[in-house]
Amino acid sequence: MSASPPVACLECDLLHRRSPLPPGGEARCTRCGACLYRWARPDANERALALALAACILFVVANVFPIVGLEIQGVHSSATLIGAARSLWDDGARAVALLVFVTTVLVPAAELIGITWVLAALRRGRRGWGAVPLLHFIESVKPWGMVEVFVLGVLVALVKLTHVASVEPGAGLFAFGALMLLIAASAAAFDADAAWAQLEAGR
Amino acid sequence: MSAAPTAARLGLLACEVCRLVSRAPALGGDAHCPRCSATLHARKPASLARTWAFLITAMILYVPANMLPIMDTSSLFGTQRDTILSGVAFLWTSGSFVLALLVFFASIMVPLAKMIALTVLAASVQMRAAWHPRTRTRLYRVIEFAGRWSMLDIYVVTLLVALVHVSTFASIHAGPGAAAFGAVVVLTMFAATSFDPRLIWDTLGEKP
Ligand SMILES: [Zn+2]
Ligand SMILES: [Zn+2]
Repeated sequence: MSASPPVACLECDLLHRRSPLPPGGEARCTRCGACLYRWARPDANERALALALAACILFVVANVFPIVGLEIQGVHSSATLIGAARSLWDDGARAVALLVFVTTVLVPAAELIGITWVLAALRRGRRGWGAVPLLHFIESVKPWGMVEVFVLGVLVALVKLTHVASVEPGAGLFAFGALMLLIAASAAAFDADAAWAQLEAGR
Repeated sequence: MSAAPTAARLGLLACEVCRLVSRAPALGGDAHCPRCSATLHARKPASLARTWAFLITAMILYVPANMLPIMDTSSLFGTQRDTILSGVAFLWTSGSFVLALLVFFASIMVPLAKMIALTVLAASVQMRAAWHPRTRTRLYRVIEFAGRWSMLDIYVVTLLVALVHVSTFASIHAGPGAAAFGAVVVLTMFAATSFDPRLIWDTLGEKP
């Protein structure tokens, strides 16, 4: 790399020169304290890829198996996430159903598949087809993936239901719990700077 | 205070997507990031106008979101309508204190605090206030992070509706409050992303 490019704080616009960080360190803006960039291990994106790939698999498991099973006076019912969004849609609360579907299924799926695609191509020293717009898209929808909030919502619903019925957590719930951790770990490992630099060099 | 070396003052544009800093084009017009081709702006376009628009709509919808039932439970004993607050009260009286507090924070405190904080931030920028820029920036960072947790109740209602609608003894339906509440969460998130915290700092350097 040539003379390292400057970095601008996204929260106060102050310019900073980049300097090497000690392992585990992060650079903060001298004026407002926002994080400018983090130290990343040399194999950061390898790890991010492995974690994202594992998350893709768990995502399928989490959506195939029921999250909660319920028994009220002999009547058994269970729901998967997509099934739950569907019954909300059928119940007439379409906007809410759509919001649930987008934040817990569509955005997380798009994010996971996208990041796996981009990183897998980079790992083979290639620029995957559509990698730049894809990474751009992933960065912009990030706030709308809410798997961790959903997991907490399931726990609250479970507690509410224990008062009226016998509930058993399903395999889907455990898969969602693990998925939440994997998504967080993959996002923490992901070195966006390195990915962008690699994409730029490959053009 | 002398003018701090910001990207904007040096004729540079920082990409909000990939963070590359590039030179602003000499002849106005739309600039694009040479690395990721995102549209570049020195500041988010129409930041204050957009923030106010989303914020005021969210404030208006906050009333029905809290007054209207988010959930109707019908059983042999009649119909019970739950608002967000009565849902919290139910958790509290049934002994789940931790969860009651959690839902109270996520569903009532967070949206309210977020709307108040964004009002303060947008108003302070509008008035070109110079007080505590660092604290105001930190406030922005916190509300941007915390806002998503307000979706909690939406997910709770979704699961309850899905699980209890098949039973012959009781059925749960989503109420009109749920849609209003979902809209409040989405609108406050849009309001937060429309606000540009760099505006907090822009007026500071102008003073002698
Ligand atoms: Zn800063
Ligand atoms: Zn860019």
